[in-house]
Amino acid sequence: MNEHVTIRQPVEWEGKPIRVPAPIAMLAELTHRCPLACPYCSNPLELESVKAELSTAEWIDVFQQASAMGVLHLHLSGGEPASRRDLVELTAAAAAAGLYTNLITSGIGLTEKRIAELSDAGLDHLQLSIQGATPALADKVGGYKGGYDRKIAVAEWTHAAGIPLTVNAVCHKQNMDQIGDMLDLAVRLGARRIEIATVQFHGWADKNRAALMPTREQFLKTNAFVEEARKRLEGIIVIDYVGADHHATYPKACMGGWGRTGINITPSGKVLPCHAAETIPSLVFDNVRDRRLAEIWYEGQAFNAYRGDSWMPELCRSCDRKHIDFGGCRCQAMAMAGDAAATDPVCVRSPLRTLLMEQAEADSRAEPPPFVYRGR
Amino acid sequence: MSDPVAVPVTAETVAKLARGVRLREDEVRGQTVLLAPERALALDEIAVMIVKALDGVRSLDMIAEEFAAKFEAPKDQILVDVISFVDEFSKRRMLELKS
Repeated sequence: MNEHVTIRQPVEWEGKPIRVPAPIAMLAELTHRCPLACPYCSNPLELESVKAELSTAEWIDVFQQASAMGVLHLHLSGGEPASRRDLVELTAAAAAAGLYTNLITSGIGLTEKRIAELSDAGLDHLQLSIQGATPALADKVGGYKGGYDRKIAVAEWTHAAGIPLTVNAVCHKQNMDQIGDMLDLAVRLGARRIEIATVQFHGWADKNRAALMPTREQFLKTNAFVEEARKRLEGIIVIDYVGADHHATYPKACMGGWGRTGINITPSGKVLPCHAAETIPSLVFDNVRDRRLAEIWYEGQAFNAYRGDSWMPELCRSCDRKHIDFGGCRCQAMAMAGDAAATDPVCVRSPLRTLLMEQAEADSRAEPPPFVYRGR
Repeated sequence: MSDPVAVPVTAETVAKLARGVRLREDEVRGQTVLLAPERALALDEIAVMIVKALDGVRSLDMIAEEFAAKFEAPKDQILVDVISFVDEFSKRRMLELKS
């Protein structure tokens, strides 16, 4: 145990005990296996092996526990979730448990037949990632030749099966100038929604900062573009946008607040407050193989570590914005300040803000070096 | 593929929930929620009633007529409210519309 984390119970907010709300969403990383090798993959640097993965029956039990404790949305993710042979069975069990099922996929491993089976199993929604608006760039970023063409086919099969589609466009220095084309592609593919999300610089992305960090000009141009496109395409496509937080003034409300809305399960059953939480060495992660999910959520050390405001430094505890951003991102604080309870370095009030900006500026100006691909 | 044109909402509009959008009784929190991709909206009783009335068969005018009779309230005002509700949810791509 590291010295700067103690469990404080009951959790307090402005000196008063708070009732911890039930989680709304669960991200189930069914596997870390993936045919793609995106250089900003959100999986940890230490990928979990296929042998360690939860069985079909174990996942189904987790879904049933999640639904009973108030989870509404289930995100079936990975790695590439289609790498699990039991994906259709898992989807059917999750739907039967009453969960809203969302498949987050690269598309690789899905066939027309499998998409029809997922539709029959009750899949509510599918999110398909695209890495660029041209095959050359998209396949370079994903590290998978032929990926772009396959994704277009998957989008068409999804549309034909009647499953609503969101296109996920992760953006960064090398594809940000294609955002307009990526949005047009999403509309052409019949997507009702697009998520334009700037790379978050943890894990693999942190190894690729000089290849991925957008410039301030790109950030401002994308902000303006999104604002204009939202008006132009109202009623046609919904645009959800996450800007580059290194260029923002205040931190993001990471995970909607630590241990407030979301719960993340790794392929081997570890339960995390966010997908990058394992970068914080002081946290202890429970496993669904050892404890009930509700007990982990309400009583687990990792979930209680940054709930409420008693863990916050004075700068944050006395700040009006703590109701908006809940103190920002703990993993970013860990990475830059060496202390997960420090003020998020993105915040304009953080003493590390200048350093963060200088590093972002230098990385954004750098001639992009070759990618360090995930897991290769 | 899809028709990339936003449809205006009028009294003649016929609407139903789009696939991937559905009502769920949230027993843990004691409320009714409308679930959509990355969205969970807690609805009040009136909103639930409107959503349930969007059956893909009756026009908004017919629905307003029914509500007016049921609640003994002026139909014109109800119709304005129903159109505004449907317009809002349609912009969020939660409905399928026919005019």
